[in-house]
Amino acid sequence: MDTQQHNDDARPVLEAPDIARVLTRIAHEIVERAKGADDVVLLGIPTRGVFLARRLAEKLESITGAKIPVGSLDITMYRDDLRLKPARALGRTEIPADGVDGRLVVLVDDVLFSGRTIRAALDALGDIGRPRAVQLAVLVDRGHRELPIRADYVGKNLPTSLRETVKVQLAEEDGRDTVLLGSQTAS
Amino acid sequence: MMRHLISAADLTRDDAVLILDTAEEMARVADRPIKKLPALRGRTICNLFFEDSTRTRISFEAAEKRLSADVINFAAKGSSVSKGESLKDTAQTLEAMGVDAVVIRHGASGAPYRLATSGWIDAPVVNAGDGTHQHPTQALLDAFTMRRRLVGRDAGLGKDLNGRRITIVGDVLHSRVARSNVDLLHTLGAEVTLVAPPTLVPVGVETWPCEISYDLDRVLPKSDAVMMLRVQRERMNAAFFPTEREYSRRYGLDGDRMAKMPEHAIVMHPGPMVRGMEITAEVADSDRCTVIEQVANGVSIRMAVLYLLLGGNDSAAPAPGTTRTEENK
Amino acid sequence: MSKILIRGAQVLGGDVQDVLIDGETIAEVGTGLSAEGATVIEAEGQILLPGLVDLHTHLREPGREDSETVLTGTRAAASGGYTAVFAMANTHPVADTAGVVEQVYRLGKESGYCDVQPIGAVTVGLEGKKLAELGAMHDSAAGVTVFSDDGKCVDDAVIMRRALEYVKAFDGVVAQHAQEPRLTEGAQMNEGIVSAELGLGGWPAVAEESIIARDVLLAEHVGSRVHICHLSTAGSVEIVRWAKSRGIDVTAEVTPHHLLLTDELVRSYNPVYKVNPPLRTEKDVLALREALADGTIDIVATDHAPHPHEDKDCEWAAAAMGMVGLETALSVVQQTMVETGLLDWAGVADRMSFAPARIGRAKGHGRPVSAGEPANLTLVDPAYRGVVDPADFASRSRNTPYEGRELPGRVTHTILRGRATVVDGKLA
Repeated sequence: MDTQQHNDDARPVLEAPDIARVLTRIAHEIVERAKGADDVVLLGIPTRGVFLARRLAEKLESITGAKIPVGSLDITMYRDDLRLKPARALGRTEIPADGVDGRLVVLVDDVLFSGRTIRAALDALGDIGRPRAVQLAVLVDRGHRELPIRADYVGKNLPTSLRETVKVQLAEEDGRDTVLLGSQTAS
Repeated sequence: MMRHLISAADLTRDDAVLILDTAEEMARVADRPIKKLPALRGRTICNLFFEDSTRTRISFEAAEKRLSADVINFAAKGSSVSKGESLKDTAQTLEAMGVDAVVIRHGASGAPYRLATSGWIDAPVVNAGDGTHQHPTQALLDAFTMRRRLVGRDAGLGKDLNGRRITIVGDVLHSRVARSNVDLLHTLGAEVTLVAPPTLVPVGVETWPCEISYDLDRVLPKSDAVMMLRVQRERMNAAFFPTEREYSRRYGLDGDRMAKMPEHAIVMHPGPMVRGMEITAEVADSDRCTVIEQVANGVSIRMAVLYLLLGGNDSAAPAPGTTRTEENK
Repeated sequence: MSKILIRGAQVLGGDVQDVLIDGETIAEVGTGLSAEGATVIEAEGQILLPGLVDLHTHLREPGREDSETVLTGTRAAASGGYTAVFAMANTHPVADTAGVVEQVYRLGKESGYCDVQPIGAVTVGLEGKKLAELGAMHDSAAGVTVFSDDGKCVDDAVIMRRALEYVKAFDGVVAQHAQEPRLTEGAQMNEGIVSAELGLGGWPAVAEESIIARDVLLAEHVGSRVHICHLSTAGSVEIVRWAKSRGIDVTAEVTPHHLLLTDELVRSYNPVYKVNPPLRTEKDVLALREALADGTIDIVATDHAPHPHEDKDCEWAAAAMGMVGLETALSVVQQTMVETGLLDWAGVADRMSFAPARIGRAKGHGRPVSAGEPANLTLVDPAYRGVVDPADFASRSRNTPYEGRELPGRVTHTILRGRATVVDGKLA
C-alpha cells in the first residue's frame, strides 16, 4: 500500500496493547450509539480495514453476545485517482448474506487522511444496497481532509504534517500490531 | 500488464493469475442487485467484428457495460477486402471517433497483431479471435473454469493449474482455441494432451509444449478436464476424416467414454456444440459439462482483461502530482 | 558514340585492368590504356562484371501500371546493375499472344535503360488448359524463347509434357513455377513450426518438390530442357542435383530473398515478407546457398514483384505475394555468397549474367569482358555499406523486405551497349 521509503527512526505511536484497547473502546462506543448494535454490519476496507473490522466484530460479539455480520468493501474501481496509476489488483468485496439494506453499516479503515477512500467507499456501498445509516470507524485520524468527511469512531487522533508518514501494521498482514509515525525521506 | 492482449503466449504466469484473480472478484458483481462497476466510465470501446460471432460479441459487450464503458458495435460482414475498405481505414476511422480500445474479431490470422503493431492506431487492442491463430480470452475463461472446478473458487486465488492434466480433443489444426489453450495452460503449469485424427493436427506441432495422441480412450482416464473442440461438418468434404459417424466413434465423447474419466474430471466445450458430432447430448447436458459456466465465466474474464488493460493510466509510470505517502486516504 | 575508359577495375574480381569502350563494344582490355578522348571512370577497388541478366522480373505493364511500368522497372533494373531482364507473362492482358509480347518488347526498347525480353505464357490466360501460341510468340519481333505461366503452375502433366516437347522446335524453354495447386489451397506461408503457431495456411515443401520431380522426369522422357523458377527448398535442391547427375537438361534459379530470409520473419505478420514460394527455414536457406555455389542451382533470378503500398499495408491474408528485388539482388548475393566465401566474383558473374543469358538465349548479354564483345557492363563497389531505404528505389513500388537492413556493395555504374545508364550510383 505504501511504496514510499521511511526513515529508520519511524517511531511507534500505538503499540499492540494500545491498539487492542482502542478497538475495545470503539466497540463500546458503537454499542452505545447504536443502542445495542443488533442491526450493525461491519464492512472493512481492504486490506487492513478488513482485519480491524473482524477484530471489532469479535469485541462487539463479546459485549452483546450476538453474532455481528462482518464483510469487506473494495473501493479500487471507485477511486477518483484510478486513471492516475496503472491498473491495480482488486481487493475482495464480501457482503454478509443478509445484505446491508436497512442496516447500520459501519465502515472500518486503518487511517483516515484525505477522505477520498471513504468517498469512494460510500459510492461503492450505494451500488450494493441502501443502509439505514452509514458510520465510519478508523484506527488513526491523521487530519488533512480534502472532503467533508469525518469519522464517527476514532482510535487515535494523530496530528501530522504532510511530510510525515503513518504506517499501520497488523499481525494478520504484517506479523505485528503497531502504528508508526515517520518522516518521509527524499528519494 | 501489457498494453494489448493479442496472444495467450504473451502472458506470464503472474499476468495470467492476476487476470484469473481479478475475474474472481468481477464474478461477484453478477450476484449484486446493481451489476455495474464504474471502472471504465467515460471510456469508449469498439467491438470490431469482421467475423460473425454473436456469443463472443455479446460476452464482450456485457463485460464492457458492467464496467460502465460506452460500447460501439461495428460488424463488418465478410472480409475487409470484399467490402472495399481496408482494416487500416476502418481502424483509423474508429480512432478518429475517439475510441479508447478496440476489441477485434477477424478471419485473418494476425489481423489483431497487425492492428496493434503497425502504427495505424494507438488504442489498446484486444484479440477476440483471429483466424486459426489465437483466442486469448477464451483460453483465460477456460483456465478460470478449470481453476474453479479443480482447485476451488477461493482456494484457487493466487494459484495456477500446476500438474493438472488437460486433454483437448478435436480439430486442432483449425482451432485458435486449441492454440491459445496450449500456450496458457502450459504457462499455468498444466500438462496438456491434444487428441485428434492425424489429419487435424498441424505439421510443426512438435514444438508445442504438449503431448499428442490419436487415441482418446487411452488419455481419458488420465484427464482432469477434457475439452471438446467443435468439428465442422464441412471438414469431411476436404477429406480430413471419412464420415461424421466414423469421427464420432473415434473422437466423440459419449456417456461410455465419459465414464472412463476420473470422477472429479470435467467436460468442457468452447461452444457452439455440434451435438452428435464431437459430443452427445447425454454428455453435453450432464453435471460434469461446464459449457454454461464457461459462458458466465467469459463475462468475468473479459471484465478482468478490460479493467486491467484500461482501468488505470496508459503508462506504468506513476502520474505526476500523486506523491502523497498514503494512497489518498 | 563516345569512348569510356574504366580504369583500374578488378575484372570479374580478378586482375586489375583497364577497359576501353568505343561505341557499343569493348575496344580493348589491358593495363595503362590511353584515356584520350574518353570519359574516364576511376574504378580502383571496384569489381567489373558483365551486365547482369534477370531471367525472372515482373514489370506489370500492361495492366498494373500502378505498381510498375516497363520504364520504372527497367530503371530499377539498371540501378541494380542489370542490362537485360526477362519480363514475366502474368500481365493484364496476359502475354500469351504475339501482340502483347511485342508491345512489352517495344516498351523496353523505348525505355533505353535495360533490354527487355518478354516471356510468353505457356497456356492461354495462364489457365493451364490450352497451349498459347508459343510459336507465334517466338516468331514475333519479341523472339520469345522462354515460356512460363509463373504465378501459376502448369500442373496438368499432359499440358506440361506437350509444352516441353513443342518448344524444342525453336530451342525454347519452359520455366516452371513449381506449385502443386491442391496441396497449396489457402497457403499463406511455409508449412512448418512457424505456420503451426501463427495459424496461417501452410505451403508445404512437397508441393514444390513433387512438381519438380515430375517435370525433370517429363523433360528426360521427351528429351527437352526445363527450367525451374525460384527453387526454395532443400528437397528441391536434392531432386535437381539428382536430375543433373542423370544428365537431364534441367536448370534452376534461386531468388536473393530465399538465400537470406527465413519464415521466422513471418512472426511479425508483416506482409512485406509474404512471397510465393514462401520464405522457408534456415536449413533450406543453407542448402540453397550451397547448391548455388556448387552449380546445382544455375542462376540467381530476382522474381522482382512490385505491389502498390495498399496491397501490403493490410492484414497478412489480404496482402499480395511478392517482393521487389532488382535493386538489392547483387547486395544480397554479395552478403550471402561472396562474403561467406561460397562464391567468388567470377562465380557471381556466372550465376547472374553468363548462365541466365545462356538459359534465356539472350543475344549480346552474358558475354565475356573482352575486346569485341558488346559493352554491357556493371561496376560494383564491394566495400560500400548502406542501409536499405525504399525511398531511394527507382522502382515504382516499395515492397522490399530489406528496409532498414544494412547490405554490402553498391552498383556504381551500369553500361548498356556503351551507354552509361547508371553513373556514380545514380540513374543517368
